[in-house]
Amino acid sequence: MTSEIEHIVLRANALSIGYATKKNRNLIAESIDLALPKGNLIGLVGANGIGKSTLLRTLAGMQAPLEGSISLLNRDLLDYAPMELASKLSVVLTETPASQNLTVSELVSLGRQPYTNWMGKLTSEDLLAISHALEITDTKKLAERKCFELSDGQRQRVYIARALAQDTPIIILDEPTTHLDLYHRAYVLKLLKRLASEEKKTILFSTHEVDLAIQLSDQMIVMTPQATYIDDPCKLIEAGCFESLFPKEIIQFDKNNGRFTIKP
Amino acid sequence: METSQTYRGYFIGLTGLLVVLFLINMSLGSVAIPFKDVLASLFTANVSKESWHYIIIDYRLPKALTAIMAGGGLAVSGLLMQTLFRNPLAGPFVLGLSSGASLGVAILILGAGVFGGFFGSVLLSEWSLVIASALGSFLVLLAVLAVTFRIKDTMAILIIGLMFGSVTGAVVAVLSYFSNAEQLQQFIFWSFGSLGNQSWYGVFILALCFGLGIVLSLASSKALNGLLLGENYAKSMGLRIKRTTLMIIIATSILAGSITAFAGPIAFVGLAVPHITRQFFKTSNHLILLPAVLLCGSILMLICDTVAQLPFSEYTLPINAITSLVGAPVVIWLLVRKRKLLF
Repeated sequence: MTSEIEHIVLRANALSIGYATKKNRNLIAESIDLALPKGNLIGLVGANGIGKSTLLRTLAGMQAPLEGSISLLNRDLLDYAPMELASKLSVVLTETPASQNLTVSELVSLGRQPYTNWMGKLTSEDLLAISHALEITDTKKLAERKCFELSDGQRQRVYIARALAQDTPIIILDEPTTHLDLYHRAYVLKLLKRLASEEKKTILFSTHEVDLAIQLSDQMIVMTPQATYIDDPCKLIEAGCFESLFPKEIIQFDKNNGRFTIKP
Repeated sequence: METSQTYRGYFIGLTGLLVVLFLINMSLGSVAIPFKDVLASLFTANVSKESWHYIIIDYRLPKALTAIMAGGGLAVSGLLMQTLFRNPLAGPFVLGLSSGASLGVAILILGAGVFGGFFGSVLLSEWSLVIASALGSFLVLLAVLAVTFRIKDTMAILIIGLMFGSVTGAVVAVLSYFSNAEQLQQFIFWSFGSLGNQSWYGVFILALCFGLGIVLSLASSKALNGLLLGENYAKSMGLRIKRTTLMIIIATSILAGSITAFAGPIAFVGLAVPHITRQFFKTSNHLILLPAVLLCGSILMLICDTVAQLPFSEYTLPINAITSLVGAPVVIWLLVRKRKLLF
């Protein structure tokens, strides 16, 4: 039992997410229970506006939960100091970095900020982590390129490299496959899968590629208007969770292929 | 990330250029003084004419030092604002500091007539312009900080800074309407900016503020690098956004506020120099960019001052006009050549 608890990197209990102002509360989703194990690739799917980004932002500590608790490595997420959290959890966001004038190696080096001194001086250990991150994402040959010179697929790999350089047990990615063609979508997801199994990282990503996610994820989180489910993708298919993902009038879920098809 | 080693040659070259320009600036002026005597005044005090020694030490040297600090300081605060707001159009005065200073000075000069007689003459003593300008900037700074504490969005701070600028501008316009020609002329002369006529005491105070501002900026350089990715990424890497924003705003205010107090509202340098520097230093690392921008700002300001004093003539042109006249074509030329505004 204890080994199983240590095995879980991120856990959420009876979590309610949304936005609260002084006057009113905008509840987006409630009673979410999650347990993300070490070395797993977890795909998060749901319709537009269902609250995928809000859930990811809440789990990443960028937004306070309305109710419930989140524990990271068996400690309450809210107890972490910013610097400490940065060495445990890294993110890849949908927004592009403000400066496109950074070179790839500069951008990836910034991932070492939680570890460097006040001047941001890179030690040999930092350089090693950066070079490893560039190698594993196959971006080493891009190192001296400026960000604005990259294609969408290259850029996504560079952002993942930056998160890798941050050297955290868990990486949270918000829609890493948007704007990519089928080949690069599959490429990025395979890369994430490899990072999870080889580097023993817990990787949580949101996506609209339900079929690709079903094929590659160890676990999936399905957000529907009724409830949020988390399980093995095959079990989720059997339980019929994907059917309630979208309104049913235009598309339907094909259980045999694990993909959505247009209704005849 | 490139280290400072890569740019060592650049830094040595720029420092050499700064020293040469400093000596040229010291040797030129309305009175022709042989270069030998300029050096003698600076280093040995064994000068052919007593008056030359006086001109060099008590007039030209403080002016050159003020130019170096004003140019460097404004350029650095421009870089800080461009990175903080992730906006290539930001400059040291986007937070309304110069408008605050001009309001302070406007109330002093234009209001002197309203308060009249004795009070007016007390107000217009030697230090009054500096104090009024510093007070004006300081009040606007307090207002901006009060807003910063309440607002999360950095862009909102930018717009609020601009609004403060509009309000103070309007008050200055109203004051101008009720003033006489002589007062207006005095105010307009202040707004031209002036590096000369600094007492050594003034230069000393300016140097203190300058040093403090530069130290704060350098201490923020790691945070500034983080901000290049945007606030959310910076936060995810452990940066405390509010504390950082506050530190950057204070550094800018100390630099731009003190320079405006002593030299008037010098436009353009703060906006342009970071862009000029980025054309040569192809890095976004602020630990390299900050000293580079500092050097380039000082160099540009020394050139502008040398041009402004119209060597061998009696006239001195307004420095504020010269910075734009010299600088704007440079920026346009660089951008046309490179076709891309790098940020």
